[in-house]
Amino acid sequence: MRFNCEVYIRPRRDILDPQGDAVKAALANLSFPGVDSVKVGRYLVLALDANDEGAARKQLDEMCEKLLANPITEDFEIKVTPA
Amino acid sequence: MKAAVIVFPGSNCDHDALHVCGPVMRWDTVPVWHESASLEGADLVILPGGFSYGDYLRCGAIARFSPIMDAVIKHANKGGLTLGICNGFQVLIEAGLLPGALLRNNCMEFRCVWTQLKVQTTECDFTRGLEVGDVLRVPIAHGEGNYFARPDVLKQLNDQHRVVFRYCTPDGKIAPEANPNGSVENIAGILNEGRNVLGMMPHPERASEAVLGSGDGKRVFDSLAAAYADIGW
Repeated sequence: MRFNCEVYIRPRRDILDPQGDAVKAALANLSFPGVDSVKVGRYLVLALDANDEGAARKQLDEMCEKLLANPITEDFEIKVTPA
Repeated sequence: MKAAVIVFPGSNCDHDALHVCGPVMRWDTVPVWHESASLEGADLVILPGGFSYGDYLRCGAIARFSPIMDAVIKHANKGGLTLGICNGFQVLIEAGLLPGALLRNNCMEFRCVWTQLKVQTTECDFTRGLEVGDVLRVPIAHGEGNYFARPDVLKQLNDQHRVVFRYCTPDGKIAPEANPNGSVENIAGILNEGRNVLGMMPHPERASEAVLGSGDGKRVFDSLAAAYADIGW
């Protein structure tokens, strides 16, 4: 069975994100002073064949732990929908 | 004494490392392509600087799964000397051979500048020929060299004297103004627990001949040569 999978990876809350801070400063310069915080992450889209949704999630978790995210500095979130 | 310099697609300091190990140090030196499975009997393995796999995903994240890395991890785990410079440091961290993470520079700039490094320990073959407190003039060139570790890891690194270099001012003061990238506690290079794996963001191989502006980096390679002459590995 094929699944459309989305993986959101973002810096952990307690980690300094200089990229996010730079974007926040630029937004303030553009007269968006209300922006309290910005975190810059990555977004991946995968088409994945697996027996069921649970199996797809298990594989994605492993992919994130091993390669797609750095568990020391990043959090990840997975969305799986049947294709 | 034999040195192997690993060449990943996107490595660009491999020739600098080959030049220092070969013509400068006069070691038997081989480049090893990342698809190879063998380190060809090398005593010292160098993971050079550059942009392996274009820094896709995260610096070093994909290189860590190159076929040669099985042999590198085996070499390191059995006590073999392993030096990761810049991108090589990033690869060693991704491979789990060194703790922590290297984040984007806090200044958001790619920094290509001379730095000063204060030697923190001589309890390893990389610095045994130096003195604690020595200041080395060595350049950096990176965008993601902001060393980060959780407090418990940092404590362990300090307690076990595994921080080898910290960024300092020309007169040897470890101060915020000497920190080029935001690294925690000005850390520029660390050892593994076995003290045979060194990862560092600065480039000693780019400062190993006076004509390049500094010969201080060569003292790291001289230390390795002395260790090899004394005890072999």
